[in-house]
Amino acid sequence: MARRASWNEYQKQIADDRYYYGRSCIRQNFFPGSEKAFIDILHNDLGRDLLDDPKHSSCTGIGYHSDIVPLETIMTVVARQFSLMNEAGYENFVTSCITSFGVYTEVLATWAEFPETEERTREYLMKATGREFRKPASMAHTSDVMFHFREAIAAKARYRLVNAQTGEPLKVVEHIGCHYAKIFPKSGIGGSEFPYVLAGMVESWGGECVDYPERRHCCGFGFRNYLVQANRGYSIANSHKKLESMAPYKPDFIVANCPGCAMFLDKWQYTIAEMEGTTYGDNGRGIPVLTYEEMAGLVLGYDPWALGMQMHQVDVEPLLDKMGIEYDPAAKYLGANGKYIGKPGAALVNNCAADSVYNIKE
Amino acid sequence: MAIEFGYTISKPRAIDIDRNNLRKSDEILREMPELQTCIGCGSCTAVCTAGNLTSFNFRRVHTLVRRGEYRGAYEEMNKCMLCGKCRLVCPRGINTRGVVLLLKRKLGDF
Amino acid sequence: MKKVIVIGGGAAGMQAALRLRARGVEPLVVERETETGGKLRGWHVLFPSFTPAGELLSELRRRVRESGIEVLTGATVTAIAPRRVTLSDGRCLACDAVVLATGFTLFDARIKEEYGYGIYDNVVTSADLERMFAQGRVAKADGTAPRRIAFLHCVGSRDEKVCQQHCSRVCCITGVKQAMELRRMFPAADVFNFYMDMRMFGPGYEELYREAQQRCNIHFVRGRISEASPTIDGRLQIKAEDTLTGRPLRMSVDMLVLLVGMRANDDNAALAASAGLARSASGFMAPRDLFLGRVSAPVEGIFYAGTVTAPKTLGETLDEATAAADAAAEYLKA
Repeated sequence: MARRASWNEYQKQIADDRYYYGRSCIRQNFFPGSEKAFIDILHNDLGRDLLDDPKHSSCTGIGYHSDIVPLETIMTVVARQFSLMNEAGYENFVTSCITSFGVYTEVLATWAEFPETEERTREYLMKATGREFRKPASMAHTSDVMFHFREAIAAKARYRLVNAQTGEPLKVVEHIGCHYAKIFPKSGIGGSEFPYVLAGMVESWGGECVDYPERRHCCGFGFRNYLVQANRGYSIANSHKKLESMAPYKPDFIVANCPGCAMFLDKWQYTIAEMEGTTYGDNGRGIPVLTYEEMAGLVLGYDPWALGMQMHQVDVEPLLDKMGIEYDPAAKYLGANGKYIGKPGAALVNNCAADSVYNIKE
Repeated sequence: MAIEFGYTISKPRAIDIDRNNLRKSDEILREMPELQTCIGCGSCTAVCTAGNLTSFNFRRVHTLVRRGEYRGAYEEMNKCMLCGKCRLVCPRGINTRGVVLLLKRKLGDF
Repeated sequence: MKKVIVIGGGAAGMQAALRLRARGVEPLVVERETETGGKLRGWHVLFPSFTPAGELLSELRRRVRESGIEVLTGATVTAIAPRRVTLSDGRCLACDAVVLATGFTLFDARIKEEYGYGIYDNVVTSADLERMFAQGRVAKADGTAPRRIAFLHCVGSRDEKVCQQHCSRVCCITGVKQAMELRRMFPAADVFNFYMDMRMFGPGYEELYREAQQRCNIHFVRGRISEASPTIDGRLQIKAEDTLTGRPLRMSVDMLVLLVGMRANDDNAALAASAGLARSASGFMAPRDLFLGRVSAPVEGIFYAGTVTAPKTLGETLDEATAAADAAAEYLKA
C-alpha cells in the first residue's frame, strides 16, 4: 500500500513476554488449529511464556452485543478473568478474539472514565466469587503480539508470501475486525483508517497488501444481524460488497484478525456461489481465507493440516501450491491420529458442480 | 440447482453515481437549469396540496431525478394537482409546476 | 515619535502599519518569513470577484515600501508585552504598543485520515489547488485532465473530532469559487460540492453560489463525505449521504479537493501565555469585548488585527487592521 507511513503515529505498548491467554469462543469451530498454532509459535519458535488457563470463561461478548448480557454482568466477567490472571502471576492480557478485545478495551475505558462502575464491579465480583482483581499492565490482541514478533518470525521463515514460481509477492487482502480499532483508534496499530497490524506481517513476510475501495468496510457479522435469519440478507450483503470490490485485484488470499470476519469471508463465499453462482478467485474458485496464525504457521513451515486448514470452506491448496509449500494432499482429511475425519461434498466455490451437498460421513 | 437458504443477498440502496445514467437528468437540467438552484428548503413540500395527504414529496423526487434515480418519478408526479402553490413560495423562483410537467414529459419510460 | 510593533507582515499587518503611519505613529513590521504577504502569497484569485490576489498583494507592498515603513523579516517573535517584543534570537525590541496580526494556521488535512490526504494521489487541499491555479496548471498526478471532481466542505471546521468546533467561514465561498474555476478550465468535467450548510454571508456570495448552480451546472450535494478510498484505475471512491433524499450515495472521482479550514495560530498559546492574554475555546485570541473592544486585547497596549482572533475574510481583515491601528493610535495619544 502506497506511502502508508501514518501507522507510525499509532503505537501501543505490547508486552514482550509472559502473556495470559484469553481464548475465543467460536474460533475453535471454524479455524480449530489457529489458537494452538499461536501457542506453539510463542512457546516453540519464539521461546515466550504464555499461560493457556482452562479456568477462564467466555467474555460473554456475543451475548452482550445481542442484548442478552447486561453491561454490569460483562464487566464482572471481565473482572473475573483479570482476577484469574492475577492469581496465576501474570499481568499481560492477550486475547484471541476481536470481540473480546473490544469488550476488554471498552470495559477498561469505562472504568477509567467512570470510576464508580469499577467500584461496583469490584463489589459484584466479591459477592459472586469472593475474588478481588488488579487491572492488567497491558492489554493486547494476539495479532498485536504476532505483529510485535513479525521480524523474528521472518528471520525463521521457511516459506515466504511470494509466488514460488514467479518470485512475485503474493497479493493479500487484509481485513481488520471492526472492534479492533473502530471503537478506540488509539488501541490499534495504525489506528482505524490505515491499520497496520496485519499489513505489517504481510509486508515483513514478503507479501503485498491490496488497498481496494471497500477495504475499511465491515464484513457484516454484527451479532444479532446474522444470528437472526431474517437479518441475514443484509449481513451477507456486506461480505458480498467487499468480495465484489476486492475481486478485480485478483488477491491470492484474504487474511483477517477477527474470528467472525475470517469465518464470514470464508463461508459466505460458499453461500454466494450456491445462491448466485458467483465466485471471486482466479480460475473460478473462491479466494482462500486465512487467520494470521495460519499465515504465520505456513511461513514458519507448519503442516497446513496440522494448522487445521482442511476445515476451511474455500480450499487452500491453490495457495499452498503458489507458495511452493510441501504437503500431503491425501492427508487432508486424516485427523491427528491418522483416522479419517470425513470430508465435505463438492461445492461451486471449489470449482465443483452446483448441485453438491455436504456429506460429512462418507 | 441453487440452494434455498431462506434469505437472499440484500441489494444496496446507495445512489451509485457511477452506475446511474445521468443523460436524462442532464437533458432535464438543460431545459430547466433553474432547477439546480434548489436549496432544499422544503417550502414546496410544506405547502403541497397532494403532499399533505399522500407520500408525494416534490423536493425529494426532483433531487433523486438529478442524481439519475428516475424510477417511479413519473408516477409520483401524477399525484401533483398542479395548483401552483409551490411556485408561489419557492424562494429561488423555480418554475416548479413547469418542472412537474417536464419530468412527466421526460420520464414516462422509466 | 511613538513606536508600534506590528507582528505579522500579511494583509492585516501591512494594512495596520499603513494606517499607523498615516496617523503619525512609527510602525515596525516583524515578519517571520523572508518576505511580506503571509497567506496571500500563493493564492490565485480572490472571491467573490476573481480579483488576482497578486494585485492586492503588490499594491499593499507598494504602499508599505513608499511609506518607508520598516520591515524586519526572518524574525520570529517568542514573547510579547505592551512595551517589549522578544525574538527567538534573544533580541528585545522596545515599543509603545503592539499590534498582533499573526493570522491563522491552515488545518492539516492529514489529521482527517479517512480522506487519505498525503496517502492517495489526487486528494488535494483548497490551498494546493490554489497553488495549481497560480501556476496555471491543474492536472491529476499522472498529468491528465480530471473528468469528475468532488469538493468537500468543512474539512477541519465544525468538527469536534479534531477539536475544531468553529466555522472557518471562508471555505464555503472558496469552494464555490474554485468549483467555478475548474468548470471553466475543464468544461467537460462534472463538479460535485459536498456540504453541510452553505454559508453565503458576504456581499455577492449568494449571487455567486446561484451562478455556480444555474450557469456552471455544479452539483451541490448536502452531505459530508465519510471516506475516500482508491479504485483499481487510480481514481477515488467516495461515500456520503445525500441527505436531501435520505439515501447513501457513492461515486468515483478523479480528484478530491478538501476545503481546509482556519485553525487558531500555532503560536497563540505561547504568545498568550507570555502576555497573560485569554484565548477562546477554539484557541483564537479572545478580544476584550465582542462588541465594543473587538480589536483590543484585555491587556492595555496590545491590539489585534485579522484572523488572530477568528476566521475572517480578507475584506474584514483589512477593515479590522485599520480599526486596530486607530485604536492603538488613540491609546498612544492618551
